[in-house]
Amino acid sequence: MEEIPEEYEGGIVKKFMYVNRRAPHGTIYAQESLEVVLVGAAFDQEVSIVFMDDGVYQILKDQDTSAIGTKNFSKTFRALEMYDVEKLYVERESMQARGISEDDLNVPVEVITSEEIGRLMEQHDVILSF
Amino acid sequence: MKLSVVLNEGPYQHQAADTAYNFTRAALAKGHEIFRVFFYHDGVNNGTRLTTPPQDDRDIVNRWSQLAEEHDLDLVVCIAAAQRRGIVDEDEQKRHGKDANNIAKGFRISGLGQLIEAGIQSDRVVVFGD
Repeated sequence: MEEIPEEYEGGIVKKFMYVNRRAPHGTIYAQESLEVVLVGAAFDQEVSIVFMDDGVYQILKDQDTSAIGTKNFSKTFRALEMYDVEKLYVERESMQARGISEDDLNVPVEVITSEEIGRLMEQHDVILSF
Repeated sequence: MKLSVVLNEGPYQHQAADTAYNFTRAALAKGHEIFRVFFYHDGVNNGTRLTTPPQDDRDIVNRWSQLAEEHDLDLVVCIAAAQRRGIVDEDEQKRHGKDANNIAKGFRISGLGQLIEAGIQSDRVVVFGD
């Protein structure tokens, strides 16, 4: 990270949800989304992250990007716990459609249905989708 | 209502750059407050003054600058995304020893914390992109 996040002293706590819908590589959305999460962690807000559609590939175990020359940022997801970002959700339907099981993932997550994600979204104040 | 706008796509490449502008203008016309417009991912490319669109086409960068001047808008280009893509202001030019800068009038370069703050301070955050 190039920047030092400023502490936010506003005292307002909102529920932020980051929705990751894209594959980790091929476009930069996933990587830059993670940068938002890390900076946002300094603001002491309530944070949830959802992985759905091709976004479920972002947290696959044993990723190796050496052949395509892009940064392997998948390990950073494991560090989120240190930033008090602990609510990670994965959409069940997206996993099933891609033949992915919880054992394939490199972080502890809660697997929930599309419908449950919809209800979860209703409970959040700010939804940033990448 | 106090709104913030996030634009995640580049000018001319993606219609999101147009709809974000049209939305912002329409919201202002309806009397809403725009707390901030935040440019992220390729959206930072909306903030270069070096574009030269054909004369019979819209000038996406200039119309942001004009709107900012008319309504005292806060147009913020993400620093991390800008560094990757070569969007540079005077400070960044000095800091990184570049031979030029290209930030357009009315835009400023700042951190991702500005996006989180926009989420905290605004009634709604509206994201434009895929």
